[in-house]
Amino acid sequence: MTADRSSSVRVLVPAGVLGWGIRADEIELGLKQAPHAIAVDAGSTDSGPAYLATGRTKYGRGSIKRDLSILMDARRRAGIPLLIGSCGTSGCDMAVDQTLEVALEIAREQGDAPRIAVIYSEQSASDLKARNAAGKVTPLAPAGPLSDTSLDACTHIVALLGPEPYMEAIKSGADIVLGGRTTDTAVLAAVPLMHGADVAASWHAAKIAECGGLCTLNPTSPGVMMSVDGAGFTIEPLSPQNRCTPETVSAHMLYENSDPFRLVEPGGVLDVMDARYVASDDRCVRVTGSRWEPKPYTMKLEGAGGGPFQTIMLVGIEDPDVLADVDSFIARMERSLRERITRTMGPDTNIDISLRPYGWNAVSGRTPSEATPPPREIGLMFVATASTQAMATEAARVCNPLFFHFPVREGNELPSYAFPFSPAEIERGQVFEFHLNHVVHISSPLELARTRWVDVSPALKTVAHA
Amino acid sequence: MPRLKDVCRYVRSKNAGPFWVTVDLFFDSADTYAQYHGDPAISAESIAAIYGVDKADVKRFEVKSLNMVKISYPRTTPQGGVLERDMHSGQQFVPLLELQLRRNQ
Repeated sequence: MTADRSSSVRVLVPAGVLGWGIRADEIELGLKQAPHAIAVDAGSTDSGPAYLATGRTKYGRGSIKRDLSILMDARRRAGIPLLIGSCGTSGCDMAVDQTLEVALEIAREQGDAPRIAVIYSEQSASDLKARNAAGKVTPLAPAGPLSDTSLDACTHIVALLGPEPYMEAIKSGADIVLGGRTTDTAVLAAVPLMHGADVAASWHAAKIAECGGLCTLNPTSPGVMMSVDGAGFTIEPLSPQNRCTPETVSAHMLYENSDPFRLVEPGGVLDVMDARYVASDDRCVRVTGSRWEPKPYTMKLEGAGGGPFQTIMLVGIEDPDVLADVDSFIARMERSLRERITRTMGPDTNIDISLRPYGWNAVSGRTPSEATPPPREIGLMFVATASTQAMATEAARVCNPLFFHFPVREGNELPSYAFPFSPAEIERGQVFEFHLNHVVHISSPLELARTRWVDVSPALKTVAHA
Repeated sequence: MPRLKDVCRYVRSKNAGPFWVTVDLFFDSADTYAQYHGDPAISAESIAAIYGVDKADVKRFEVKSLNMVKISYPRTTPQGGVLERDMHSGQQFVPLLELQLRRNQ
């Protein structure tokens, strides 16, 4: 630890995401550096729209509880705030409430009575329609202007919180802040900003630390410490065996960012074009020279909802006669399947089918070049998409005899390909879709945040220990 | 003439939010970066043609300190829809590996 401890604000970042598998030994090492807070992100849109559309969490309750138990125990012993952003993957209200319920259970088990601030950031379609009509919602590339239809298509809409509601909650005495959807950086930057550390350095440190150990040589050691002061910041892995280098730290600006130099946040833009990354010893990196450009306050919107339903079937094919010309085999099969659906279910069913030969071109969908040798085997996936699950499954059943027994050449005997399951079709469920790629312009950072205070009842504590 | 994969130690692609894909080309060395980072095969125009997007929407960044070029382009459909084949866009870099480069003059 090379930064001046007396003047830096230190945030212990235990992992890139709550539920990943926080290491208790790393937390103990981090606590020895007297951090001002523990902060971690718990969400992302990374795994697709299902989590926001349904409110279900990506990590299981057991994983979340295990990690949260370690952090709540550390918080109580150190007497420092614990901040968790984007609770329950999507950060919609029901996901935040699920995390709150786990936190209350842990508090009872640990005999703890923390003061919990819960900050919700789910938004209603009707409120956003009004703001949109008033010109307060603008699109981000490549989206166009927001329509009421897009808002109505969402089951959940969240606005990404900045650091201000967290700062308010901690100033008001919160021991634990459970936040709705928040930018990954804001939850980590909140405490350094609150203590007056350099604004650009606070945001930049948070960006580097947002994925925990991903900015180190060994990302399987998940914890890092960010130490921010008046001129820059230092980043250090919690595990003594792990190291940060100027390359691992600066390269993290590339990760999942469309622009490696400029990061748009609520209330400003972080510009790291002229940042300098210098090894302060063999495992810590010091960063200076980042800039912050204040901008009118905006919050990014995320919204997702349910679409049609899918039923899938899988079959394995090793027959060299099929594999000699996969493309024409699949083209003929697809024609036959479509004809059969139209003949048996009628022309107006609006059923889509898709054939995806894994081992050939299922991943890209591009036609392989002429010179591509035949594969040794393919796994052919059939996907039926329809407005109801029953219709999608009916389509799969209608296609079943052709899909599993399609002749290599017209008029040939009917073969059987290798299908692994009985029943053969699998109801995959609903397709979920993202509908919003917009920002809402607001006059105060707290305008769209709703804070609720939860005091863990000492009575409950007594009951739990009776 | 080398292919992109002959002069890069690592090429990767990843979703950058639900609406963008970002591709990172890490060159082998400062030398190969200097020689090939401006190659027409990895211009915004070329990338737009490969992925079927508008050239004006392609963002391209040269990061000399890391000997890398970053190229971002919008997805043709948002992540996770009916036609999704690559949720994280993690395999989208593959068509770039065989691109033929020519040494800068």
